[in-house]
Amino acid sequence: MELLANLWLGAQTAMSLTNLFYCLLGCFLGTAIGVLPGLGPVATIAMLLPVTFGLPPVSALIMLSGIYYGAQYGGSTTAILVNLPGESSSVVTALDGYQLARQGHAGRALAVAAIGSFFAGTVCTLLIALFAPPLAEVALKFGPAEYFSLMVLGLVASIVLASGSLLHALGMIILGLLLGLVGTDVNSGTARYSFNVPELADGISFVTVAMGVFGLGEIIANLAHEQTRSVLMAKVKGLMPTKEDWKVIIAPILRGTSLGAVLGILPGGGAMLASFSAYALEKKVSKNSAMFGKGAIEGVAAPEAANNAGAQTSFIPMLTLGIPSNPVMALMIGAMIIQGIQPGPSVMTEQPALFWGIVVSMWVGNVMLLILNLPLIGLWVKMISVPYHFLYPAILVFCAIGTFSLSNSVFDVYLMAVFGFLGYLFHKFGCEPAPMMLGFILGPMMEEFLRRALLLSKGDPMILITRPISATMLGLSLVALFIVLTPALRKKREEAFAEEG
Amino acid sequence: MVIKNQKDFGAGVLYVAFGAVGYYIARDYGMGQASRMGPGYFPTVLSVLLMLFGFAAVIRSFIAPGEGIGGFAWKPTLFVVGSNVVFGLLLIPAGLIIALIALCLISAAGSHYFKFEWKAVGALVLLVVFCALVFVKGLGVPMPLLGTWFGG
Repeated sequence: MELLANLWLGAQTAMSLTNLFYCLLGCFLGTAIGVLPGLGPVATIAMLLPVTFGLPPVSALIMLSGIYYGAQYGGSTTAILVNLPGESSSVVTALDGYQLARQGHAGRALAVAAIGSFFAGTVCTLLIALFAPPLAEVALKFGPAEYFSLMVLGLVASIVLASGSLLHALGMIILGLLLGLVGTDVNSGTARYSFNVPELADGISFVTVAMGVFGLGEIIANLAHEQTRSVLMAKVKGLMPTKEDWKVIIAPILRGTSLGAVLGILPGGGAMLASFSAYALEKKVSKNSAMFGKGAIEGVAAPEAANNAGAQTSFIPMLTLGIPSNPVMALMIGAMIIQGIQPGPSVMTEQPALFWGIVVSMWVGNVMLLILNLPLIGLWVKMISVPYHFLYPAILVFCAIGTFSLSNSVFDVYLMAVFGFLGYLFHKFGCEPAPMMLGFILGPMMEEFLRRALLLSKGDPMILITRPISATMLGLSLVALFIVLTPALRKKREEAFAEEG
Repeated sequence: MVIKNQKDFGAGVLYVAFGAVGYYIARDYGMGQASRMGPGYFPTVLSVLLMLFGFAAVIRSFIAPGEGIGGFAWKPTLFVVGSNVVFGLLLIPAGLIIALIALCLISAAGSHYFKFEWKAVGALVLLVVFCALVFVKGLGVPMPLLGTWFGG
């Protein structure tokens, strides 16, 4: 039983007192910041990333994963209690969760969300343990041509899955790819787009962009529509779901988990798409569908299970291929590189303790969330009720100090301000920043792999289609692009995202 | 010609602008051959693509109707972006304490609800103390508490 041996190795790493502590700290900080309205996981992780710089690699990654789950769960709490989803993946949770809260069932809704997330997290941790090793083995055989084609497929998939205009998804990806090229070209040593600024010759840090666009940009957008929020201050009580609840939620949780697990692997907004489609599916199959939108407990259980499942399985491409499927994973890759680990299939073989430690810590993190969140709900409610005009200056403080500490340079702070302005423009023009972030992190990788592939084939681009795996992936990308452009399916896709509005 | 979709138009202009600048600058980088791509190859291809998408969005904005973008929130933009720039300018010469106070006060002034409150002053003091303790003392981020103006 290699699997058991691996999990045992992981347990030894993840359950050490230090790592347990960092996992707990991550979950706690992640939830605390995640419950603040208007702060999604990307901004939360970007803000807290500098805190982990001084830690050993395993502890740092365990803490960051904890922050991720915490932020995700915190977002759902806010969605249920104040109808203000902190991130796109909890938008649908707010639909029924908030109604339940208004009817005085906030405790039940929160508990069901926690239970659904925990179940999905447990199943998906096992999935990762089962499927990551064989995938990594395949990935070890990948040459530069395969990697390039895989990234093309990833980008195309993120276009298909992005909500909103296709044209803008394409545009934002290209913009991201282009921004990613800023800095010194590895092959020729030419400093590209550096405007003779030495700081730019090292490239733009992903964290700076993320904090600018997702942190500052969001704050400006929120201030533009500033209004007082009515926090539902009714006491949260009755944290246990009733017997009937248990019966009702089992099937939705199972369906949500399976749907989320599959969609999470796909690049581009895994968790978000997962929760939207899980909600839509439940609404279709439930006997209780008339109650949806008016406080159906299934409407909380399914999307919460799905978004946690999606969040978990999005680790699979990151851990096995070293390719991020969403901006959060891109941040994780950034963190690994800062820690001196080259993400990719070799991590599992070269650093098994690290790899399995992270996998097991995912489950540990889920347990902690379950036991941490329900008793601490009073604290979270207090945090939510801090008025926004007190909150955002503090968020800006953490963003500014965080960016500065990346390379101890004020230049990054200015750069973040620029991206904050751009982020607000994107918001105004309806351009989704997530595809841009994917392009940004993949840009330099794609160029490098394409270059190497063409170097090997002596300039013959046919290498991309004569190698079977590479050809398959390019073929799939073409098919996906073609499907999404057919008018009939385009309409379906728009309908699928219509729930959002 | 009437712009029917302001969002598309704005985004299109943004793409074209970035693409044009990208293309213009990349002219100086060598293109190389396919077997040995120069540093200019990838940027040039991407810039051209970006301009094409930008033009497509602009053209579409004249044809297909869409939402307006509404007013531009100049005040929050100015205060939020400005407060960060001021923080950057003050950090080394004036030190963290003053830079943080400036950052908070300027950014807070961007809100409708900005007014003097003892509670807010208390929160600000707490925040500054927290940052000084955690980031400077605890995590050792090299930021002076008092900057060069104070001989720090």
